[in-house]
Amino acid sequence: MNDTICAISTAVGVGAISIVRVSGEDAISIVNKIFDRDLTKMDSHTINYGHIVDGNEIIDEVMVSIMKAPKTFTKEDIVEINCHGGISSTNKVLELLLTNGARLAEPGEFTKRAFLNGRINLVEAESVMDMIDAKTENARKLAMNGIEGKISNLIHEIVDKLYDINSNIEVNIDYPEYEDIEVMTESQIQEVSKFIDEKLKKLLIESENGKIIKEGINTLILGRPNVGKSSILNKLINEDKAIVTDIAGTTRDIVEGQIRVGGVLLNIIDTAGIRETEDVVEKIGVEKSLNLIKDANLIILVLNNNEPLTEEDKKLLEITKDKKRIIVVNKIDLETKLDTTGLDVVKVSATKDIDILKDKISDLYNLEELNNKELTYLSNSRQISLVKKAISINNHLMESFNSGIPIDILEIDIKEICETLNEIIGESYDDKLIDRLFANFCLGK
Amino acid sequence: MDYEVIVVGGGHAGCEAAFASANKGHKTLLVTGSIDKIAMMPCNPHIGGSAKGIVVREIDALGGVMGKVADKTLLQMKMLNFSKGPAVRSLRAQADKVAYPKLMQEELQKHKNIDIVEDLVEDLIIEDNTIKAVKLSNGDIINAKAVILTTGTYMKANILVGDTRTVSGPAGTRPSLFLSDNLEKLGFKILRLKTGTPPRIQRDTIDFSKTKMEPGDDKYYTFSFDDKPYYKLDEQEPCYLTYTTGETHKIIMDNLDKSSMYGAIQEKLGTGPRYCPSIEDKVVRFKDKERHQLFLEPESRYFDDIYVQGFSTSMPHDVQEKMVHSLPGLENAKILRYAYAIEYDAIDPRDLYPSLETKIIENLYTAGQINGTSGYEEAACQGLMAGINASLKIENKEPLILGRDEAYIGVLIDDLVTKGVRDPYRLLTSRAEYRLLLRSDNADLRLRKHGYEVGLINKRQYNKLVKKEENINKIIEELKELTIKADKKMTLFDYVKRVENSIFEIEDKLSTKYDYLELEQAEIIIKYEGYIKKARKEAEKMHKLEDKKIPENINYDDVPNLASEARIKLKEVRPLSLGQALRISGVNPSDISILSVYMKRYFNDNR
Repeated sequence: MNDTICAISTAVGVGAISIVRVSGEDAISIVNKIFDRDLTKMDSHTINYGHIVDGNEIIDEVMVSIMKAPKTFTKEDIVEINCHGGISSTNKVLELLLTNGARLAEPGEFTKRAFLNGRINLVEAESVMDMIDAKTENARKLAMNGIEGKISNLIHEIVDKLYDINSNIEVNIDYPEYEDIEVMTESQIQEVSKFIDEKLKKLLIESENGKIIKEGINTLILGRPNVGKSSILNKLINEDKAIVTDIAGTTRDIVEGQIRVGGVLLNIIDTAGIRETEDVVEKIGVEKSLNLIKDANLIILVLNNNEPLTEEDKKLLEITKDKKRIIVVNKIDLETKLDTTGLDVVKVSATKDIDILKDKISDLYNLEELNNKELTYLSNSRQISLVKKAISINNHLMESFNSGIPIDILEIDIKEICETLNEIIGESYDDKLIDRLFANFCLGK
Repeated sequence: MDYEVIVVGGGHAGCEAAFASANKGHKTLLVTGSIDKIAMMPCNPHIGGSAKGIVVREIDALGGVMGKVADKTLLQMKMLNFSKGPAVRSLRAQADKVAYPKLMQEELQKHKNIDIVEDLVEDLIIEDNTIKAVKLSNGDIINAKAVILTTGTYMKANILVGDTRTVSGPAGTRPSLFLSDNLEKLGFKILRLKTGTPPRIQRDTIDFSKTKMEPGDDKYYTFSFDDKPYYKLDEQEPCYLTYTTGETHKIIMDNLDKSSMYGAIQEKLGTGPRYCPSIEDKVVRFKDKERHQLFLEPESRYFDDIYVQGFSTSMPHDVQEKMVHSLPGLENAKILRYAYAIEYDAIDPRDLYPSLETKIIENLYTAGQINGTSGYEEAACQGLMAGINASLKIENKEPLILGRDEAYIGVLIDDLVTKGVRDPYRLLTSRAEYRLLLRSDNADLRLRKHGYEVGLINKRQYNKLVKKEENINKIIEELKELTIKADKKMTLFDYVKRVENSIFEIEDKLSTKYDYLELEQAEIIIKYEGYIKKARKEAEKMHKLEDKKIPENINYDDVPNLASEARIKLKEVRPLSLGQALRISGVNPSDISILSVYMKRYFNDNR
């Protein structure tokens, strides 16, 4: 536990500098072995100029931050080496640290130490991971909300109310003959139960919006060959130079790129496998296309203005009819041969301008509002499923209540809601939870 | 003369401890300051009450004596919280303060394995950290294999009234002046605690017409699972309800400086119970309350005292007179005994194992108020467990440790040894996480088998329990097969499950006639099935952590990254399992995971 860990904390190969972080008892002494000035004489929380050396060879010109325990992220001694960017020199620094006694950090280990050493609570730990993952300004804002404890505050507010009820019920039981104590009534419980239901459902909805901000909208561009899917995609990409190519997380297998529209990410689902085929639906099989469609949050179905509606188009329209979709009629600069009666379509010419499509996406997700709103949201599925569990226990509470179960037994539900909510902020104990949680964290922070 | 077990103190803990050890066949000596004060009730005239009543039933289920003696001597019986759910119902008897101790004394004196000596224990004789003997104040040294200290409020007892402080035990008895110093020398941490008792009024000086009568229940109940009721419903003694007045509050506020609690005595005072505040405390803390309830309760059929429940105070006598006379119905009341507070030494119960054996001295056990608790029932159940475990120890057997999901007794002892006490500990239903499992009605089903295994429950009693269990199962099975046509056709099981229906409406459809208690038990199991399952699941979660034993020789200074508060607390308590560790206040889940990681490593290294 108290061995010294190190990792490259910035994205590899990107940016002007890279930071290598070292944490643990021997952090300072290990870095001192490969630094050309005496770090042990430096004050805490200072940044120091010098060189990383391997024997007599200078590896990199660096700035080294010294932060001594306990006022650090992990509550251990931390040294951060700001190297010049570039994979090779940064890797060399890391290598030197490893050969001098540090161990490569496991995924999420810095954050895990921060959590285990009581520096941050569970929600904050998860938020830190979100910060690292934050790809847009909005996502960063949301991550900060988590760190500042907005979610913790909300949960504490609800839990406090429930504790109040329970302690009142308890007093009623322990002092049954005393009129001095207010008797917890069914209507009071009902009121709080309603309050919880509203708050938690609101939190869920905001979380879903938050999820869109953080993870992006999984978007599938669908259409027969030669309707102009690629040109629409290219146009979207060209409009926004900030394309992210390497996607982490669950969408890794199906997403080929990310585009930012307004403040929100579109994860473009890879349709490479179906683009070249004669018959989209036939070739990939109904099941696979259904799966792809299922995974998508948004379908952009492209039709060709210059051709009449084909059987294939009709099939595509049919299988996407229950999804959130935008039907794009492309090639409007050519002669209209397509009959779009009864369809809500966006007409574009991908060779010229697709702003109207972007506006449509913005409208669809109310991006304007998302961008400006101070959202309180849960950052991952573990938290969301716990909120859903709390809502369902709360429903059970109301049902039991209506069927005449005595108040002192209802208390069991109330307590379970508290425990479920506490689990979100890590205030109850579950061995596996913590292991699972930290395994999901990425390397280096 | 040598004994196997010596019990020091003849209060409610001491009596149970002596009976448990003696009934298990061990030659037992009970040392008491005065024989005629054995099993005395110096404070309220109740046995039972919320949560406590369940403890009395648990004591009975395990083979203790309190419930049976109370059943045979009670003045009034009530089932508290009857209108609430089955989990929180609890019996309370108005006990007869003369008849109860008298019967207890007779039973003790009759017992062939019990000797009683009237003296005080001054010191303990220890060899190799093991108790060998006790030294009496007359200089006698008596050897024993195990010693149980149940000294109640007697260690360095001081009586406080107004601005006076007197060295004395309750009701003018001799205090024990040296024992706590000697315990401190052995390494025990000594706490100073305090508790109070209200004035007693002469019955025929009260005008009861100005009060409200509070009769007993019109249905028979007993604490004991073996005994039939000995009382007559219409011969129960009523209690009466009256209230404080604006005048009472004014008297209190005007004289606050004279209350020993509010500054009349400046030296450091013991900590009083939060759950049983004095009347001056109530008036000061709840200024906007216009009146407070007071119950006037008879103390015995054999004398005239009326106990004023809710009116404990440490005011001087003249102020008490004025306060009492300001109460409706008590305008001309004669005070027989004034209220007083008593301050006494206790040990820090974190110095105990869950068996109630001390960690410092082997074969030495402590039970009752010496462990920082308050209440007759709390004392009695610890006495019983200490008696059982001291006996098991000298029989070279594993101790009986009840789980938090098994008994209120388990909750109480775990709280004591894990969390320690700040003020006198009173058992509350809220202290039990799984109280739907810990009901008054199923104490026998929970605990009789333990009583049977340790030898305090005989074969006949045990067979009765087995039969009851079988019948409950039969009833449930039968209800699942029979159907009824209500709003639709359904099994009787589903019918009974509905909160509005009662098993007694359909009991004649069953093939045999079953006992009332068996039917009631089946009904509770059916009606609250979902919640009972939920509680069991929660309890299992706890067991998993409970099963993770912390190695005895763990050095918390070697565990890296523990929060410093957690480190201090863990070193103090030395919990036996991760489950117990998590219940220590100041130890957080993150400390538990650090500990868990360390233990994995520890065990691996030692494999």
